[in-house]
Amino acid sequence: MAKPPYKAQNKRPGRYFEANGEQGDAKPVKLKRKGHQNFTGDLIKMQSHYKLKKPHNEAKTKANPEKEKKQKIPQETLDKYSRGAAVERRGVKTRHFKGQQERKEVYLEYATQQAARTEMLLQESEGVLEPDEEEVTAGYRQSEIANNVDLQSAAKHFQLKLDFGPYTMRYTKNGRHLLLGGRRGHIAAFDWVTKKLHCEFNCMESISDVQWLHVPTMYAVAQKEWVYFYDKKGTELHCVKRLNRINRMDFLPYHFLLATANSRGFASWLDVSIGELVGNFNTGLGDIRIMRHNPSNGVLCIGGGKGVVSMWSPKVREPLAKLLCHTTSMTALTVDPKGQHLITAGLDRAVKVWDIRMLTPTPLARFNLRLPANEVEVSQRGMLALSQGTYLETYTDILIGGGTADRQKLPYLRQRCDAPVSGMRFCPYEDVLGVATSHGFQSLLVPGCGEPNYDALEDNPFETSKQRREHEVHALLEKIPPELITLDPQQITGVDAPTLQEKVDAKRQLFHLKPPRIDMKPRHKMKGRGGSVKTARNKQIVKDLQRKEFISEVRKAKQSVIAAHKDTSNANDNNEPQVKQPKPKRSVLDRFNPKPKRK
Amino acid sequence: MKVKMISRNPDNYVRETKLQQHKIPRNYDPALHPLEGPREYVRALNATKLDRVFAKPFICNLSGHRDGVACFGKHPKLLSTMATGAYDGEVRIWDLANRTSMRSFVAHDGFVRGMAYAKNGNCLFTVGDDKTIKVWASKQPEEGEEESPVNTILSRHLLHGISHNRKDNSFATCGEVCAIWDEEHNDPIKTLKWGVDTLHTISYNPVETNVLACCASDRSIILYDQREAQPLRKVVLTMKSNKLAWNPMEAFNFTVANEDCNLYTFDTRKLSAPLKVHFDHVSAVTDVDYSPTGKEFVTASYDKTVRIYHAHQSHSRDIYHTKRMQHVVCIAWSLDNRYIFSGSDEMNIRMWKANASEKLGVIRPRERANFNYQEAIKEKYAAHPQIKRIARHRQVPRHVLNAQRKMRAVKDKELLKEANVRKHSKKGKVPFVSEKKKHVLRQDV
Repeated sequence: MAKPPYKAQNKRPGRYFEANGEQGDAKPVKLKRKGHQNFTGDLIKMQSHYKLKKPHNEAKTKANPEKEKKQKIPQETLDKYSRGAAVERRGVKTRHFKGQQERKEVYLEYATQQAARTEMLLQESEGVLEPDEEEVTAGYRQSEIANNVDLQSAAKHFQLKLDFGPYTMRYTKNGRHLLLGGRRGHIAAFDWVTKKLHCEFNCMESISDVQWLHVPTMYAVAQKEWVYFYDKKGTELHCVKRLNRINRMDFLPYHFLLATANSRGFASWLDVSIGELVGNFNTGLGDIRIMRHNPSNGVLCIGGGKGVVSMWSPKVREPLAKLLCHTTSMTALTVDPKGQHLITAGLDRAVKVWDIRMLTPTPLARFNLRLPANEVEVSQRGMLALSQGTYLETYTDILIGGGTADRQKLPYLRQRCDAPVSGMRFCPYEDVLGVATSHGFQSLLVPGCGEPNYDALEDNPFETSKQRREHEVHALLEKIPPELITLDPQQITGVDAPTLQEKVDAKRQLFHLKPPRIDMKPRHKMKGRGGSVKTARNKQIVKDLQRKEFISEVRKAKQSVIAAHKDTSNANDNNEPQVKQPKPKRSVLDRFNPKPKRK
Repeated sequence: MKVKMISRNPDNYVRETKLQQHKIPRNYDPALHPLEGPREYVRALNATKLDRVFAKPFICNLSGHRDGVACFGKHPKLLSTMATGAYDGEVRIWDLANRTSMRSFVAHDGFVRGMAYAKNGNCLFTVGDDKTIKVWASKQPEEGEEESPVNTILSRHLLHGISHNRKDNSFATCGEVCAIWDEEHNDPIKTLKWGVDTLHTISYNPVETNVLACCASDRSIILYDQREAQPLRKVVLTMKSNKLAWNPMEAFNFTVANEDCNLYTFDTRKLSAPLKVHFDHVSAVTDVDYSPTGKEFVTASYDKTVRIYHAHQSHSRDIYHTKRMQHVVCIAWSLDNRYIFSGSDEMNIRMWKANASEKLGVIRPRERANFNYQEAIKEKYAAHPQIKRIARHRQVPRHVLNAQRKMRAVKDKELLKEANVRKHSKKGKVPFVSEKKKHVLRQDV
């Protein structure tokens, strides 16, 4: 094809009044209406415009087109980082705000993509355990696993024989330190990775629970009467006498609340940063033995003897929700670290998995065991561990269960301990399950249970003391007030629209409204126009007027409600459409008809 | 069996020497960052509180004038240079970076009414009560040399204001008439008149540079085109307008500072009602100036305060005042969008930060990122009642508070009265008139 001369190419586009015979071959540009154009955001629009104008980097892009092209992100990765669907355009008022919202959505999408792209930078991968042919993972013993892993990991498998049993145990939030408390008064805190002991002593009182506070230098111990705070060296810092006879303790790190439950059914929340009880009331559940908090929203889940799990917030004296989980009494409960599932175990020998966000009345999964489970625990990557007396088993998935792909019924790993299990936790950011028994402590290797990549600004297993202090200050600045503990933590980012129940209540209240008190101050009048009698009369007049107005308004509102109700009930009663009566024709002689009576 | 466990090599996570930065591996997985909403809310609340804690807008005070400051001239090219004129005819040129006055000379007998720099900033035009326009070189005279004007033009009319064209060599003065001048000639190119005795202020449109706007003493705003022989439009408001400023980015909009405590933003294409009425001042507004971004403007008022408004919002976003500042007469927003200058009756020029809590000086990238983040979350949670209350709260002087209460009482009374009249008159006799339409009396073409 012959190339047109250069000049013709650069010729300015023809105007509408010029003869368009020349531009016959040019494609007509079809302008879209604004709403139908593909929106790409201001910045991106500008960039594309810029590129069109000045293709100076064209040569470069041709040289290595693969390098310029961005890697496509898989949809499931995007979903993981996504904060929900975009706001619907329909719900936004006015074109201005619609545009604003759309521009915002472009940036949000970009942010999601950027966050998803950082996944490439993660250094570690999760642990794996693959059986050989003709073998199953459930058949492997701890010693076999320890022999096959590297030395550093093998050192994580150890056993402590202790005499002040049954023990309870806790890991710190970053998974570096371990705290053990024996029923007969033994307390030990140590860095379990380096096996460096911080302190060990006997408090000469019975211990029911132990708990680390916001930093790995302080911990709380629920002793016979009261709760004591100790530091890393074992020095007693506080004795909190307002928390007495505590059975269970849990710590909400973002709220700085030490949540406790005692043997008289009281739930208490102690703000450890200011030393105040922000909530302390009787739940009416009797002796509370089972309690965990939901890490995704801070709500306390308390399991009762009647098989009911109730959820509590420090500022609400009624449970936020109740869930009947078992027909028998419960033995253990836990919430998975993502806050999606509640796992309960009861004397009916079942372990059930519940959707804790939807609170659906049927469990998502159910495991039937030979014996009731006395401890359940979920790891960061969703592995389930449960213990039945001295026997302990883990499953790879809380919903499906199972260990190896071919034989679903078998657990992932199993272990028989030398004494009944009294406490069990997965170590955060490690492939380790800590088990406290009546005769000591065991650290078991469970490959694939922990999150391999930590976020150093959230929890850092390698933190220095300076970093720890810095982190403490930041955490204190961001302390969430206890009022914000609700079932849905994202509620605060949403729009405060009245629920259907609130609307119904408002309507119902219309029928029981009292006229407001009218406090009117009459003007002070001079020159004989004032006087107490006249003032009182004027006051009465104003009051009457306002009351009248109020009553008429309420009446109108009531009538509208009743009318709306009638309409809907009529529509429900007779579904056939009402036939509109044709208007009677008016004639000149109508004026002689008797007038209709006025109401 | 094939087995692998998490086993972190400390070399990848711990720094080798103390000279290195700590290694901070990040993982943005939302599951590792629980309670995102409440934590962000608390951060937003803290950021808003810190914003109020650090809100110290006053920077310095430029003293030197021996009488009240009447007008400002912003240098179009140099950020650190500004000219000011006083009631006693003295003009001072300031070096703002060093906060010193570089030059001072008596330019006029009586008030300096207005001043404007030429478009490239090489000379300064001043007008005064003595009916002269004087042209001053921007260059400082040699040592021992007297300060003398490059040119003095005698005008036949009284002069009240001056404005220089942003694109060519013409400038305009106002007074009894509106006159268009050329820099090279001593006679006006054109005079425009529309039956008014005094025009207070004049302002060239910064984009469509042939268009001018004037405020007249008969409560009107007049629009001119310097190419035409006749004025374009006239809008009459209920009270006199003191100053007029064009929006530099949306140059079809302008804002007038009115004697009735309000400001009115007009669209030149539709003058029947203002786009927005800006309330909050409690006394006559004396001056207004736009920020170079066109998103905000600053106002000076006779109530001894300076207020900052978003161009499209009715109520001010900030108020600046000091114990000693008297009636503020003139105001200017610096061309780098960071500072505000106010000249007041008690001979002082004050320099303020445009953003009250902004940190001055060098800001490191991490700090800058943190500020940006704080801005973003403050905006995200701005509608929450607690945050809104803290962000909105301002300490105002007692006299302003009292005046506000009084004005509110008056307004309530008027509303009540109108409602009563409406109640007792025939339906439709007393119409509802929007606040915008109340202030425009008529529009002449």
